Amino acid sequence: MMSSMDFLLFTKGPLFQVAIAIFVLGILIRLVEIFALGRSRNFAEPRGGQVIPGLKTVYKRFNPDPGTFRRAPFDVVVGTVWHIGFIVALLLFIPHVEVIKATVGLAWPGLPNPVVDAVTAITLLGLIAALIHRLTHPVKRFLSTPEDYVIWAVTFLPVLTGYIAYHRLVNPYPLALGVHILTAEIFLIVLPFTKLTHIFTAVVARWFNGANFGRKGVQS
Amino acid sequence: MSGFSLERGLQALREEMDAPVASFFSSCVHCGLCAQACPFFVETGDPKYTPIHKLEPMRLLWEREFTLWGRLKHLVGLGRKVTDDMLAQWEPLLYDSCSMCGRCSLVCPVGNDIAYMIRKAREGMVASGHAPEGLIAASVRAVNTGSPMGLQWKTLEVQIKHVETSSGLEVPIDRQGADYLVLLSSMEIINFPEYLEAITRIFDHAGVSWTLSRQCFEATNAGIQIGSKDIAATLVQRVVDAAEALGVKNVISPECGHAYTAIRWEGPNAIGRSYPFRVFHIIEVLDQLRAEGRLRTEGKEMDRLSMHDPCNLARKSGVIDQQRHLMDLVADNFVDLKEHGKFQWCCGAGGGVSSNERAEALKMAAFKRKKAQIEEVEPERMVTMCATCRTQLEEGLEEFNMDIPVVGLTEMIADHLVEKERA
Repeated sequence: MMSSMDFLLFTKGPLFQVAIAIFVLGILIRLVEIFALGRSRNFAEPRGGQVIPGLKTVYKRFNPDPGTFRRAPFDVVVGTVWHIGFIVALLLFIPHVEVIKATVGLAWPGLPNPVVDAVTAITLLGLIAALIHRLTHPVKRFLSTPEDYVIWAVTFLPVLTGYIAYHRLVNPYPLALGVHILTAEIFLIVLPFTKLTHIFTAVVARWFNGANFGRKGVQS
Repeated sequence: MSGFSLERGLQALREEMDAPVASFFSSCVHCGLCAQACPFFVETGDPKYTPIHKLEPMRLLWEREFTLWGRLKHLVGLGRKVTDDMLAQWEPLLYDSCSMCGRCSLVCPVGNDIAYMIRKAREGMVASGHAPEGLIAASVRAVNTGSPMGLQWKTLEVQIKHVETSSGLEVPIDRQGADYLVLLSSMEIINFPEYLEAITRIFDHAGVSWTLSRQCFEATNAGIQIGSKDIAATLVQRVVDAAEALGVKNVISPECGHAYTAIRWEGPNAIGRSYPFRVFHIIEVLDQLRAEGRLRTEGKEMDRLSMHDPCNLARKSGVIDQQRHLMDLVADNFVDLKEHGKFQWCCGAGGGVSSNERAEALKMAAFKRKKAQIEEVEPERMVTMCATCRTQLEEGLEEFNMDIPVVGLTEMIADHLVEKERA
């Protein structure tokens, strides 16, 4: 029988390699699939540029227009909070920085553990609120498919198991940490095959949007 | 019309798939914020009118045939197939409840240009035989008679005579080498004959060299609304032929939103080449004349005026400041609606909705958003620069017993011209 330490070593070793490989290859395929379709030539005389308006739109969609904020404040606030929280916990927790450094060679300063801990707690609450909203809001419930709930779970679990492992809420520790790493690997493996790809493709989508409108002289 | 089939529809959709579409479908997380940008959802509260949902058949086809994962799912018998029934079910969603106003494209957090995809999805609907009767009839009339309302040159000629009598000016016809070829819309000719007189007087005042063309006077393009590249190309080609025959330098699209996007943005792509002339909306031309000091006006409108930006002109074409400069010229008490310019709300009638009798109730429902906006600023009159918007505003305001007349901006400018001294 596998000990909790064996399990941890397995998740940190071979499984991690496999997850990273699927993630990188999967995302590459997705991006190639998108760009290979190309765009047909546009013969209409442009009113404005595409590149700069496209880049501006990539940034601008982080801040919704005032009308949308007024009509959907919950979406905007909760969505923004948990997305930022998730990114902070992922990229600025010191042990995560170490893993990234060991994997891709890039490093940056992390945040003190208590700060990341608080951010993680807020992120968990934000994700739970987002799920409740999805289950109750008429439009969200109508649009939601099983995939939407699967990716919610796949996103929620690494945060939850990270929080559990950090606070030693489950013993033995190697098991708790192994489970956390496993859920992170599931996230990586699932990402390219689901709408989690928006993490990468939304940048592309926003750019195309900004370029389409920019060409006509409108900053979207 | 014959030869429509599911397979032709799917093929038309396949041809519409491009990198932007793939990036948009890859990015949607079903947040539903596009619904909050759509007058058809906001005023009915029915989730099926959520903009991205209107593209579900196109998304299914993309996933199944344009992604590795979708193809794998398809191989093991998973994933839904687009059926003829499904397209039939989506017909009212893609036509009756969407004016292609593009407001959703401006608010989507992941950046999906949803209106861009609706336009493409309609190509598949036409090819599969799922376009609304009203739009098919308008397209057939446009192709056969040159006008979506079946209007003939002789009708316009009567109006030209009228304008000439009342203004004492000549309406130039088929004048070779004129600077501007003026196009009209049938709806304008029928509902708002004052437009032709207004431009006749303004152009005389400013000394603009212009002409109408007997060969082609219609600016609107039913092919763009129904979603048929072939029909769109046929209709645009007529404008190009007329402009080239007369050797004009510029073509002016009338007070009509979709005609402008059709000729200005889609036209060159429909015929697959750039034009040897430039295209302007009448409002752009008037603002240019103003900037050059060629519009001398006197007196101002003193009542409280507000303005409706046509989606096709403002959000979809970047003509936003020009109409405001012109308002400043002739209006003393102008107040903008709260959300205006690129964030304006559609009147509810664009994108073919007004030619589709089946959509009548939805069209009036969507108007309630505009009504609410108008009520916020309480104008005495509304000004706009699109015949479809204007008709919808007039009908809607009457429906709700609001005594607010609607005027076209071009006529308002013409009313304030300083009388020219006769030489």
